[in-house]
Amino acid sequence: MDFELFTNILFATLRTGTPLILIALGEMVCEKSGVLNLGQEGMVLMGAALGFIAAVVTGHAGLGIIAAILAGMMMSVLFAFLAVTLVSNQVATGLALTIFGTGLSGFLGAGYVGMAIDGIAPFPIPFLSDIPVIGKVLFSHDPLVYLSWVMFGLIFWCFRSTRLGLIIRAVGENPEAANAIGIPVMKVRYGAILFGGAMAGLAGAYLSLVYTPMWSEGMSAGRGWIALALVVFASWKAERILLGAYLFGAASILHLVLQGLGFEASPNLLAMLPYGATIIVLVIIASDAAKAKLSTPLALGRPYRPQV
Amino acid sequence: MHSNKITKLAMIAALAMGANVATAEDPLKVGFVYVGPTGDAGWTFGHDEGRKYIVEKFGDKIETNYVESVAEGADSERVIRQLAAKGHDLIFTTSFGYMNPTLKVAKKFKKVKFEHATGYKRGKNTGTYFARAYQGRYLTGLIAGKMTKTNVIGYVASFPIPEVIRGINAFTKGALEVNPDVKVKVVWASTWYDPAKEREAAETLMLQGADILTQHTDSAAVIQAAQSKGNYAIGYHSDMSAYGAKAHLTSTIHNWGPLYAAKVQAVLDGTWKSEDLWPGIAEGVTDLAPLNDAIPADVKALVAKKKQAIKDGTMRVFDGPIFDQSGKEVIGAGKTLDDGALKGFNWYVKGVEGQLPKS
Repeated sequence: MDFELFTNILFATLRTGTPLILIALGEMVCEKSGVLNLGQEGMVLMGAALGFIAAVVTGHAGLGIIAAILAGMMMSVLFAFLAVTLVSNQVATGLALTIFGTGLSGFLGAGYVGMAIDGIAPFPIPFLSDIPVIGKVLFSHDPLVYLSWVMFGLIFWCFRSTRLGLIIRAVGENPEAANAIGIPVMKVRYGAILFGGAMAGLAGAYLSLVYTPMWSEGMSAGRGWIALALVVFASWKAERILLGAYLFGAASILHLVLQGLGFEASPNLLAMLPYGATIIVLVIIASDAAKAKLSTPLALGRPYRPQV
Repeated sequence: MHSNKITKLAMIAALAMGANVATAEDPLKVGFVYVGPTGDAGWTFGHDEGRKYIVEKFGDKIETNYVESVAEGADSERVIRQLAAKGHDLIFTTSFGYMNPTLKVAKKFKKVKFEHATGYKRGKNTGTYFARAYQGRYLTGLIAGKMTKTNVIGYVASFPIPEVIRGINAFTKGALEVNPDVKVKVVWASTWYDPAKEREAAETLMLQGADILTQHTDSAAVIQAAQSKGNYAIGYHSDMSAYGAKAHLTSTIHNWGPLYAAKVQAVLDGTWKSEDLWPGIAEGVTDLAPLNDAIPADVKALVAKKKQAIKDGTMRVFDGPIFDQSGKEVIGAGKTLDDGALKGFNWYVKGVEGQLPKS
């Protein structure tokens, strides 16, 4: 394998992993607070659709990103109202949100199919991007890739050494106890859900404004679901989400590159590679059963009724 | 008061009559099953355009319904059965993977007519249809063969089934006819529709030297990828020039409207029969999108000439001599591959690189 090809594979790996990282980090925060939101796919699609529409209407891709974040948050408010305030079943509500978002995004975006925009250009970081290999692989991306690293850093730090992280975890482990010591459980859950919605919307913007600058229905092609699985296999740890998403990205790229190199294997088998590799690696990392159990938020998916 | 009552009675009578009239002229119910969303700008979009065409043409004589994004396999059987049970008279199932489910449901609903796109199995009340899209592929192959500088052309494919292989072979044959040094590299994306993955497949091919791309997947991501690297690309399903005016040389497009109209008319007239329809360029069901101005005039003229020859029937795409990958002659000059062979393609013609995966 020649060197340029190798750098390009790594470069593409980071790009492919980025939407997964954004969605999965958002969902992880949400789940840490004890709320399981299966509506990721719907929120991503709404972000992608409204982000694209806003970019077309205003002519600014940057405004598209803001619109996508707002769209994701709008969807998540709906979920939060149903699942937190009205204490509905989280699984059913999340699934409904996905169906709703998929349909609504298709409806709203129908008039925008076939339109083209310039999208957000890559932003090579000055000096750093001139470093051979590393510069190309790490520092020649578009702004959202860097943003995904910043978000990773913030979330990692938040859960490692801040009070906010502790509060979110307390709410996700034992909301009754958290409530007893004066933590506003509902507010924390609302906040976590909103954050998840914003991240999903951002991932949508990444798809429709950066990766493939266009809108077509269902363009997330199941990434919301993959990210959901990733959170579980990463046992709610941000660094494992990063690893898992890039692993998934690398395997997806290899699936294509190996064929071009004349590697003789069934493309169906190769297409399984990303799923297989990611699951195996993350399961091996988390194979200590006792530890794995510890990392699951105890109150995950359990509705919380505030005592009056 | 009295007059009021009469009016009321008259209204009820009118309503009842109206209802009677409606049953007497029950519209023909036509159902469609789509594999993707109608807004995919590709395969499903084309079929839905065909549906709109018959709605326009037949007005209230028909009623159409569609179910989109139906996964191939078991789920599709449920959807098809539901459409049949709801009283649809004619059901179009528009993806290869609906073949067995369609036949299974057709056996139970003997009065309903089924039309399955791209398949090869028929029954008493199940017909098949497809467009000779490969004729368009061949013409675009001529363009690609003439315009490539690296002599490597990239082909983003979905799954190794005869329909896709036929497209690859027709395209390669066209390219090779005008450029004996050309090589066609195929990457299987293992999906019909995933813009991000299609884009990565396109990037991979360009990395490996392809300067012209074409696709047998459903989104316009390949065109975008080519545009961003300053290369050319040839689309499929619909005119994809909006996604990259510079890169887009042309697209092979489908025009299902007339075919659907003929089928609906046949059911209305009671002349419908199970058959295998395979119209192409001659019938206007397969066509090319407007050619990019970057294509030299002599190439445009060549395409026009070959297109006319296909229309007139003086030439068929798979006229011999045809060689397989190893260079072995499959059929000699003066012969042509018959439709049976075209529908069962499980081998590459000369000029395609790499092994055909055994799926």
